[in-house]
Amino acid sequence: MDLLRFATAGSVDDGKSTLIGRLLLDSKSIFEDQLEAVEATSKTRGYDYTDLALLTDGLRSEREQGITIDVAYRYFATPRRKFIIADTPGHVQYTRNMVTGASTADLGLVLVDARQGLTEQSRRHAVILSLLRVPHLVLAVNKMDLVDYDEATYEKIRQEFENFTQRLNVPDLAVIPLSALKGDNVVTRSEAMPWYEGSSLMHHLENVHIASDRDLRDVRFPVQYVVRPKSDEHHDYRGYAGQVASGVMRPGDEVMVLPSGLTSKIAGIDLYDQELDAAYPPMSVVVRLEDDLDVSRGDMICRVKNAPDAGQDIDAMVCWMTREPLRPRQKLAIKHTTRLARTMVKDIQYRLDINTLHRDQETQELGLNEIGRVTLRTTQQVFTDPYEQNRVTGSFILIDEATGVTVGAGMIN
Amino acid sequence: MTRVQTNTDYRLSQLDELEAESIHIFREVAAELEKPVLMFSGGKDSIVMLRLAEKAFHPARIPFPVLQVDTGYDFPEVLACRDSWVDRLGVRLIVASVEQAIADGVVVDDGKTTRNRLQIGTLLNAIEENAFTAAFGGGRRDEEKARAKERVYSHRDEFGQWDPKNQRPELWSLYNGRLHEGEHMRVFPLSNWTELDIWDYIAREGIEIPSIYFSHQRRVFERDGMLLSESEFNPLRDGETVTERTVRFRTVGDLTLTGCVESSAGTLQEIVEEVAASRITERGATRGDDRFSEAAMEDRKKEGYF
Ligand SMILES: Nc1nc2c(ncn2[C@@H]2O[C@H](COP(=O)(O)OP(=O)(O)O)[C@@H](O)[C@H]2O)c(=O)[nH]1
Repeated sequence: MDLLRFATAGSVDDGKSTLIGRLLLDSKSIFEDQLEAVEATSKTRGYDYTDLALLTDGLRSEREQGITIDVAYRYFATPRRKFIIADTPGHVQYTRNMVTGASTADLGLVLVDARQGLTEQSRRHAVILSLLRVPHLVLAVNKMDLVDYDEATYEKIRQEFENFTQRLNVPDLAVIPLSALKGDNVVTRSEAMPWYEGSSLMHHLENVHIASDRDLRDVRFPVQYVVRPKSDEHHDYRGYAGQVASGVMRPGDEVMVLPSGLTSKIAGIDLYDQELDAAYPPMSVVVRLEDDLDVSRGDMICRVKNAPDAGQDIDAMVCWMTREPLRPRQKLAIKHTTRLARTMVKDIQYRLDINTLHRDQETQELGLNEIGRVTLRTTQQVFTDPYEQNRVTGSFILIDEATGVTVGAGMIN
Repeated sequence: MTRVQTNTDYRLSQLDELEAESIHIFREVAAELEKPVLMFSGGKDSIVMLRLAEKAFHPARIPFPVLQVDTGYDFPEVLACRDSWVDRLGVRLIVASVEQAIADGVVVDDGKTTRNRLQIGTLLNAIEENAFTAAFGGGRRDEEKARAKERVYSHRDEFGQWDPKNQRPELWSLYNGRLHEGEHMRVFPLSNWTELDIWDYIAREGIEIPSIYFSHQRRVFERDGMLLSESEFNPLRDGETVTERTVRFRTVGDLTLTGCVESSAGTLQEIVEEVAASRITERGATRGDDRFSEAAMEDRKKEGYF
């Protein structure tokens, strides 16, 4: 059984909470006491039916306002897969939350209301998911029951969306007509829509092929922690702990360590009391080298003829996440893989209007929830790959040094 | 060391992926935060945490101590299991006692507040006294609605409080451990695990857990729909009678509040099967302190509960 992480986005009332509630319910991930609590609340509020959306309402303030305002994580499993849902709010003022949820997702699920068709919001959701390089996209055309399960309505939305996503980088798209409330095409194929030949949403989630999304070629191993037992038994043990970002590493491989550029061979790869014949993403292992090099946290192990870019200049798309705008010459802390450095904003090249994809080159700053192309200069070298090739070595966060808060997320061009 | 062959298709099972993610979190904290501590309740989640920490730093020792809040009402079987783990790993154990905190006036026992709630003050005091900057907790997001939005690195202000509306964004696996003087981080390496994952992992790893998780004979009585253990700390109220039943515990905690369920699951495999088939959350079934209000958990978390 493997793991699929997906992020959901939809405008308020498109039925996202109902859909998630149904996925949890139909995969038997809802417990009796949770369901009873929701049934009781539905009754006190005078609803005609059990509001499955209540299952996923989190914090009290949100319950009061009746909307989701932060990323919430949900879990369910079928015999085939375990799923982690990053349930993200759809409003433009919560773009940063959607970026957060999408950052780890293998698949993005965008909901639309069949009666309304595509909206500015749904286009924006698709843009964000493509910017974050979420490899698989599903458009769920919900509330089909309210349009008499009409094929033409679905077709029109599908074509419009496909046209739109051609301008984006979307490697894999499925458009599924469904009714979250009635359950059509959620778990089983709907009899009300015989014209639809694709799979149900659950079937798609269970079968979408994610193994080949990983890069098994370019070895990138950011050193996270140096393991030195300093015990009698393991007196000379020195290992470099980390999580494989990409590529397959094997004992005997010739490797290079950045920034020193020194080379050695992998003497062994350890995971607890096991010596492994290979390490691949996203394994957390300890790598031992044959030579005694000076390697520390923040260094990068790669192959000799296949190294990431090393430098102090970064050109990236940045999503800004705080009220005080990002401006040229601003100084910030940057965390890239296991490396912490300081950085200065050299230039804001443009702001991307995520509704129209228009590039505003006049802008002098990036405001909260805005995304733009930014050039940065770092105090130390960073070892990067383009984000579209590597979501680990291509991403970074920006931290306000005074408040300690994470204020930006970057994807390297 | 044993030599093992990895999967030829370079894929990880979901348990291996969860393990890799948790190990990454442990190492990240140990590398970036000055003085971490692992909060150990004695329950299955904190035992899995210990196991993951053991793996993260092997063959070195776990580079931080273990902190247990002793309510005075802990199950003896749980304390025995704790001691066995601590001995084997050679980690330092710090016990913060609620009794002592009451005696020292750190927390006030007004007779109405449960021991579980008095733990909060005791814990915060221990963190402050030892100047810990990061405390690992075994919380999982699938446990309760209020936890679903909590970050892996959950920032606490100088009063130990959590501000759910003002959480730091958490992207990719890039954790932000920046702190000001007096603040600390709660870190939840098991965030993405479910109850079933925990059991699957315990079974796979074959690790020691307190015996009360397994089916046994126990003298119990019914209160508020829960089965509580007979004990000197649990004086019977009018109309309550003790019977002997075949039970096991799904969570362990303060024995005056932690109920057991009737069960014949005597092996890990049987427990996994029972949990997979079970239709009631572990908290709903057996934790008295969560049942007071719909928002109970959220309130306690804001105050600095685990
Ligand atoms: N008829 C119909 N109503 C739906 C469907 N999905 C959701 N709804 C209703 O639409 C409303 C908004 O749904 P909710 O899940 O709260 O939307 P959210 O704001 O996107 O989470 C609720 O009244 C739902 O019962 C559907 O497939 N068909």
